[in-house]
Amino acid sequence: MKAGVVVFPGSNCDHDCYHVLKHVIGAETVFLWHKDTDLQGVDLVVFPGGFSYGDYLRCGAIAKFSPIVNEVIKFAENGGHVLGICNGFQVLTESGLLPGALMRNKGLKFKCEYLNLRVDNSDTPYTSMYADGEVISIPIAHADGNYYIDEEGMKELEDNNQIVFRYCDENGTAENDSNPNGSLGNIAGIINKKGNVLGMMPHPERCAEGVMQTRDGYFLFESIAKFIGGLK
Amino acid sequence: MSVYEKFGFPEVTAEAAKGMGLSASEFDGVKKLLGRTPNYIELGVISSMYSEHCSYKSSRVHLAKFPTTAPWVVQGPGENAGIIEVDNEGLCVCFKVESHNHPSFIEPFQGAATGVGGILRDVFTMGARPVAAMNSLRFGKLDKPKNRQIFEGVVAGISHYGNCFGVPTVGGEVYFNSCYDGNPLVNAFALGVVQKENIYLAKAEGLGNPVIYVGAKTGRDGIHGATMASEEFNENSEAKRPNVQIGDPFKEKLLLEACLELMKTDYIVGIQDMGAAGLTSSSFEMASKSGSGVRLDLDMVPMREKGMNPYEIMLSESQERMLMVAKKGYEDKVKAIFEKWDLDAVVIGEVTNDGYVRLFWEGEEVAALEAAPLADEAPKYNRPYARGEYMDELQRLPKVESPANLQKVLEDLLANETIASKRWVWNQYDHMVRVGTVQLPGSDAAVIRLNESEKGIAISSDCNSRYCLLNPFEGGKAAIAESARNVAVSGARPRAFTNCLNFGNPEKPDIMWQFVSAVEGMAEAAKVLETPAISGNVSLYNETEGKPIHPTPTIVMVGVFDDVTKRIGSYFTSMESAVYLLGENTGYIGGSEYLASVHGYERGDAPEVDLEREKNIIDFMCAAADKRLVKAAHDVSEGGLAVALCEMCFGGENVGVNVKLESGIRSDALLFGENHGRVILEIDVNNAQAITALAEKYNLPISKIGRTCSGLIEIANKSEKVISAKVADLEKIWKNSIGDRMK
Repeated sequence: MKAGVVVFPGSNCDHDCYHVLKHVIGAETVFLWHKDTDLQGVDLVVFPGGFSYGDYLRCGAIAKFSPIVNEVIKFAENGGHVLGICNGFQVLTESGLLPGALMRNKGLKFKCEYLNLRVDNSDTPYTSMYADGEVISIPIAHADGNYYIDEEGMKELEDNNQIVFRYCDENGTAENDSNPNGSLGNIAGIINKKGNVLGMMPHPERCAEGVMQTRDGYFLFESIAKFIGGLK
Repeated sequence: MSVYEKFGFPEVTAEAAKGMGLSASEFDGVKKLLGRTPNYIELGVISSMYSEHCSYKSSRVHLAKFPTTAPWVVQGPGENAGIIEVDNEGLCVCFKVESHNHPSFIEPFQGAATGVGGILRDVFTMGARPVAAMNSLRFGKLDKPKNRQIFEGVVAGISHYGNCFGVPTVGGEVYFNSCYDGNPLVNAFALGVVQKENIYLAKAEGLGNPVIYVGAKTGRDGIHGATMASEEFNENSEAKRPNVQIGDPFKEKLLLEACLELMKTDYIVGIQDMGAAGLTSSSFEMASKSGSGVRLDLDMVPMREKGMNPYEIMLSESQERMLMVAKKGYEDKVKAIFEKWDLDAVVIGEVTNDGYVRLFWEGEEVAALEAAPLADEAPKYNRPYARGEYMDELQRLPKVESPANLQKVLEDLLANETIASKRWVWNQYDHMVRVGTVQLPGSDAAVIRLNESEKGIAISSDCNSRYCLLNPFEGGKAAIAESARNVAVSGARPRAFTNCLNFGNPEKPDIMWQFVSAVEGMAEAAKVLETPAISGNVSLYNETEGKPIHPTPTIVMVGVFDDVTKRIGSYFTSMESAVYLLGENTGYIGGSEYLASVHGYERGDAPEVDLEREKNIIDFMCAAADKRLVKAAHDVSEGGLAVALCEMCFGGENVGVNVKLESGIRSDALLFGENHGRVILEIDVNNAQAITALAEKYNLPISKIGRTCSGLIEIANKSEKVISAKVADLEKIWKNSIGDRMK
């Protein structure tokens, strides 16, 4: 697997994703500059967290007009794998690669903490190392993670098993109390119908090593690396 | 008509000088130094350079008392930030803490945000990538709406700036005391990583080298901000809101990336951040440090609005700007890097060799001042100081009755906003970005691994300002000792500190006495603990309507790990461990949170610090961490032994503690007294012998006081049960207290 981490002005988890992919997973990894149009033959594109273009408009709203995003849209349409984390998830919904929208957190404040997630679909290229219903602990760090989609859209997500992660308590129950931002259905991450584009608000790259609070994020990267293959 | 005349500046008189903060004698001194009367632009420049904020005129003679050297110190005070070496292979950390108190009172959100922005620039100006931020915050009590508004705004401002910039805000301290009612303190700290050979300094060398302005455009914001920060507050302070700068963290992030990219090349000679007093201090400092000179064409400076004049340009404190000197012929290469990041980079002058900073407008010289005399010969005062007569009364320990229900006292202390969990605060900070935070906020010190390696650092920010009020010498010692102890308790070796000295009006002898005593106490502790000062900042005139804050010398101590997996957390990790107390309970309650919040007395001499004992505790903790003998450790501070024990149970795992003491001390004093030199340790029962042997080696008293258990906190003294509660109940009080008040 060759991975590319997109660098927008204002991306700030780009180094983190690069580190985990390259040093922890062992994949060949490159940075992809937002003004470029060459994807350098990567198998996986990661939109990292941060504040692309300052997020002074809507989060991710400017990023979708960048040259690189144009290329990534074509790449995804041709079946290429795209992972959007936090601000990267916002870029994916803004650019239409994933349905729905991410609004201001219900408490209006930025929130950074470890939370429990329930894996609702382990049958994706990104989650095969988890089990269905497994509860994992991965941190969030965002002010705009309140996922919204209309009723019809929600039905489609559910019918196609596109909801991959939900915020939950330690027993795996997705209730109001464990919802940090007001997301509809406690949604923390979704995948597109085709199964190649995943967007999630929590940060798996922040808990992918033994020295961290948990190592639960590691398995997401290992899943996709195994799926694409070609690792030594 | 000359260019200068066209601006129509007011006449330069003693009155005009006073309006800019220069005293009559300082104005006379300026005239003598120049041999003439300065023009209006020059007067503005000089008054900023002479402000307390830039010149340290009241504090310099005393700051010289700090130890500032050690084998691991690479850069001591005098640059944008200090630097120490972490290993013996050139891996360095660069850090500093700085105040942004006055702006944060006037405009909490932007004041705090730009405080973070300024300190980050200080760090990356040196060539270091910021990897951790912290802050020390002080507010009035939360029952007053105004204090809640300031608290909310300051936290939001820090969160806004740090999160967007992409630096983890990994911890800090928050105190609440009515002495900060009209004068909150916002001290921002940042730390960056740099390899020794890649450090950049503020230099303006090489005749004819271009001076390049980079970053955001200059506006009219923050003009005379440094002067404002050197005055007391009164009812007119709100009118100074336009003096507060506006921050743009996105712009600063771009500036960081562009500067670090540029620093990998050999195109530049020196670089300086435009912080307080903007272009004035950056140009004068660079010229004076290098013994060169600088010519600036001020009409070339990128401006945000039309009609700005040289005076405004020199004094603007617009954020996210840097001044650099490049090698001649490399201008276009420098510009190309900044263009990549969509930033302005404009040649606005050149390095000269006549020792002057000369300012030009449309080709005509509008001001000329010799750099070195202004930078080096700014006024220096040895202000008179004397112990206030009120000190005798303050230091007298009042007699108080022991409350009947000590468990209720414990609950009240846990809910006390100074002691309660600061989760409401740090939940708003991204404290994990950059994947270096291996110890999350809430422990005694933050632990950061460096460059994704096993090497790392621990950081702790501390100052109990009540102790400093009651005994500034002991309080100063305590601030150093406690911050060093917190670093050591997390398993790291304390190496150096940075400080932000927040005091009242130094022209009052009793305030100046507080300052001198605290500095001397800090200096003594720093010598014994082998932790030199490597950077810092002084914030005086922290008074509103003549009422001073408690003396608050904030310390941020940095320690090093050879292996961060040796870190020690402060929450109990498992049941059936042995619980030990290192040090002794003396039952002294003077200056305690208990005496202040339960009995209403901020009285009694501050607890004394035994520095030899503290040094031994540090050595003991480092050795214990090295041998991995300790499962958890927590120092005893505000709220005393009982609060410290409870805090160790609040890690979310429902581990409780059962403690049996055998003490003749009155129960309230035993539970809540705050004498120094104490650490609670969680030890695997198999390591009991090893830990007591180690304590003996360092000549430290140690006693087994109990064991961890499931879900209960029980404390008994001589078979009298004084505390018996569920962990969950007490944890809820402690955890939600601040959030509930802020709803």
